[in-house]
Amino acid sequence: MSVVEFMQLDLVPMLAAILACVTCGLLGTLLLLTRNSMMGDAISHAVLPGIAAGFWVTGTRASLPMLAGAMGAAVVAVVLIGLIRRLGRLEPGAAMGVVFSGLFALGLLMLVWSGADRVDLDIDCVLYGILETLIWPAAEGPASLIDPVALAALPEELWLLAGMFAVTLTCLLLFWKELRLAAFDPAFGAVIGFDPRPVRALLMLLIAAACVAAFWAVGSILVIAALIGPPAIARLLTERYAAQFLLAAAVGAAIATVGYLAAALVPAALGAAQGFNAAGMIAVMAGLGFALAAQLSPFRRGVVKQRRAAP
Amino acid sequence: MMNADFFAALTLSLGHNAAVVVLGCAAFGLAAGLVGCFVLLRGRALIADVAAHATLPGVAAAFIGATALGLDPRNLWLLMAGGALSAALGALAVRAAAATRRVRDDAAMALVLSAGFGLGVVLMSVVQSLPTGGQAGLSHFILGQAAGLAEVEAQTLIGLALVASVIAVLLFNPLRVLCFDEAFAAASGLPVRALDLSLTALMLLVTVAGLRAVGLILVVALMVIPAVTARLLTERLSIMAPLAAALGAVSGWVGASFSAAAPGLPTGAVITVTACALFLIALTLSPTRGVVAAGLGRARMGYRIGRDHLLRGAWEELEQLRLGPDAPFATAAIAAAWGWSGPRSLIAVTALRAAGLVRPAHEPGFLRLTPAGIVAAQGVVRRHRVWELYLTRAGGVRAFAAHRGADLIEHTLPPDVEAEVEAWLASADPAIARLAVPPPVEGAPA
Amino acid sequence: MNNTAALPIPALSVRHLTVAYREAPVLWEVGWATPSSGLVAIVGPNGAGKSTLIKACLDLVPRLSGEVRIFGQPLAAVRRRVGYLPQRASVDWDFPATALDVVSMGRYPRAGWLRPLGRFQREAARAALAEVGLADFASRQIGQLSGGQQQRVFLARALALEADLYFMDEPFAGVDAATEKAIVTVLRRLADQGKAVIVVHHDLATAPHYFDHVLLLNLRAIASGPMSSAFTPDNLARAYGGRLSLLDQAVAAAAGAPGAAPRG
Repeated sequence: MSVVEFMQLDLVPMLAAILACVTCGLLGTLLLLTRNSMMGDAISHAVLPGIAAGFWVTGTRASLPMLAGAMGAAVVAVVLIGLIRRLGRLEPGAAMGVVFSGLFALGLLMLVWSGADRVDLDIDCVLYGILETLIWPAAEGPASLIDPVALAALPEELWLLAGMFAVTLTCLLLFWKELRLAAFDPAFGAVIGFDPRPVRALLMLLIAAACVAAFWAVGSILVIAALIGPPAIARLLTERYAAQFLLAAAVGAAIATVGYLAAALVPAALGAAQGFNAAGMIAVMAGLGFALAAQLSPFRRGVVKQRRAAP
Repeated sequence: MMNADFFAALTLSLGHNAAVVVLGCAAFGLAAGLVGCFVLLRGRALIADVAAHATLPGVAAAFIGATALGLDPRNLWLLMAGGALSAALGALAVRAAAATRRVRDDAAMALVLSAGFGLGVVLMSVVQSLPTGGQAGLSHFILGQAAGLAEVEAQTLIGLALVASVIAVLLFNPLRVLCFDEAFAAASGLPVRALDLSLTALMLLVTVAGLRAVGLILVVALMVIPAVTARLLTERLSIMAPLAAALGAVSGWVGASFSAAAPGLPTGAVITVTACALFLIALTLSPTRGVVAAGLGRARMGYRIGRDHLLRGAWEELEQLRLGPDAPFATAAIAAAWGWSGPRSLIAVTALRAAGLVRPAHEPGFLRLTPAGIVAAQGVVRRHRVWELYLTRAGGVRAFAAHRGADLIEHTLPPDVEAEVEAWLASADPAIARLAVPPPVEGAPA
Repeated sequence: MNNTAALPIPALSVRHLTVAYREAPVLWEVGWATPSSGLVAIVGPNGAGKSTLIKACLDLVPRLSGEVRIFGQPLAAVRRRVGYLPQRASVDWDFPATALDVVSMGRYPRAGWLRPLGRFQREAARAALAEVGLADFASRQIGQLSGGQQQRVFLARALALEADLYFMDEPFAGVDAATEKAIVTVLRRLADQGKAVIVVHHDLATAPHYFDHVLLLNLRAIASGPMSSAFTPDNLARAYGGRLSLLDQAVAAAAGAPGAAPRG
């Protein structure tokens, strides 16, 4: 494979996958630490009607109305889940099941009805992502990386993902201690004047936005792999708060790279005409990575006990 | 055109095949609703979702394996067996991941769901490159396509759904005990592990039965949504289970009819949205747990408590100042003592004025009790004091603890408790009993 | 120092406080005022609403009615003077944080929203950790501390707030004798500095020895006041009424209060 071919066909999808997995991994860390992982699953499904509505309004795939629609849908989902839990006195899992499957089904029907599925935003995209379509035909070699004309021809999905990454990083740094307090001990935070509710709301909105951005890379169903895979693997490897985030980002980048390359290269090595689905491969890498880390973890039960007894 | 087709499908007159498909989806809804009740009550809703997503690699692997062995890769039984196997493996994987103790159940489920589904997606892309002709048939396992169901496939669905329903009905009583009190079930000699296993097996059976028609992503919706809807409408499992089954069947019937009239729509999504519509109706209108009923109940209770507090606050204020019961009192002082916001005290005052219990005094910000208000206030104060005495003097805490309604009890004292309290008062030391009655106030009507 | 000495404003006063959960403990028209300083125990049987009372005062659970004043003002106006020590079981001790991380949370109000914690605040947190005898455990992950050490980390975090009124929810629950002694020492020191500490306390035998004032609570305020006048067999019988097994224990504790040996 030549450099030009790599840049035209594989560079952008790989970058998109990395950006999506790093952004989601950072945000997913907070879900994992508050034992809210399935909320990520619920939100990633529930944003679909928002995406469909945003697409219906603008007719383009990467747009601000789409982000706004997804955030709106996420807010509706969170409010509904709370309402159903309270009124139905149900465990959170059941309330989530009702809300996210209902909204996801509604989103699917909106896609089909609006005709979006025949244009640009088909159901396969929801299921498998569209990494493979993010090509950069304008690339003519390494020089294109600093060529404004070629850069302007990059798929807009990549810019959206880069923007989401920047926003996520900024919010994480800005709200570093507030997020930590809201995750560890929200009641204490409320008493000392750090109301956890706005911080939590911000996190949910960021996750909804990240779900939209990652939607293009890995599809609606596999967003959850990007959200929970990296932090869960990182959790097996560290006991430090800051290291947990850094590792989650690193693991996110690693599973995206390895997953994408495996999907592209393994079939070629086997002589198959067509590559494997990259989004699926990334999710598989998250699972394999977890299994591997669980074997190598220095914090397995027995090990921790020994360390605790030692001093 | 579409409307006509929809009603034709709904009444089973859109042709023999369509009728069988609609019946199949209804049967599936029935089984899913029934089994879903137990899944829900056992707290397994999310596990069911994980298992459903984890069927995909099994289905795709079965397809690939059958192709390699020269068997018919579209054999429904084969694909379902593959799906069931990998779903079971997925459930085991959740347990193994959670056993590391470093991540909780929630993360373990999210991981297995995504890795399982991801593996399925990868295998699907393998299927696509097989010479046997693409994945067209397989992708229906993800979102469901009832309209394309062959008659024999629909009959299989009906058969499996009925088997699941019959087993659920046969195991109804032991499963009920298991869901409500596992410890009791074990103590009374029920084989808890075997029951739990059979519930998981039932769940898997329903899941794989629905794969082809409803799709693996939304199969869990048909287990959870009708069960939750029924839960909103009744407290009793013996009503909830048949109700959920009926709701599931109706959703399946109506949804499949829609889908038959508009074959482009994913059947699973149509059925789920139908079930959700029923759910939203129940959530709004349920007489016990609906939004409307809850709002009304809260407003009524809020009014009652506000009235009682304002009347008693006024009475106690006047008592303390040794004024007559029809003397003016300041609302602001009472509002402050009860921690009322401005709007809240305005609402309470307005409601009491409308009820003719208070009237404005000459001084701004002051009110007076009307004669009716004096009678009402005396009743409220007496009830409060009797209740208070009973709780603190008679060791009535036990009775109190049995009715955790606390403050609400004072405002809506259940008749049996009221009788108990009055009986205690009648037999109590007269010195104590006298404390209960509001002391005569100067100028009070006899 | 604050002007607590000038006027005897109660550190906490509560009127008509009613809290109703759906199916959990409740408070019913509690009226109570504490002295302006000193160690105050809230005592009562299980499910009497002791923790609920603290949480309702701190706006952590909604109140159906009632007024709460802290140093004569609403909570929002005096937040910086209020400290809180929640129940140890209320957080996830597997959280990736060190003991110093947790204690540093007590300094967040000094840093304010969106600002990083400065070196000075970190040092203050370290000092608070040293005050409870855990200086050597600053960088230990909290999950690897013993129950007593975890409780002391929570205490250090509360101390780091430098409040004038502390609410402590069962600080003695499940701790070893050494930790209990250390906590009592810290509480005593706070009282000597003129601060008020309100403690939900479970152990009737030690209550009279540790605390100056008491509130006997069982859904209502049964009795309150200085330990010597309120912690009487009669009041205890009323607070624990209907729970006969506890009643004997309660009466015995009160009868032997002044000179009784603390539990072994």
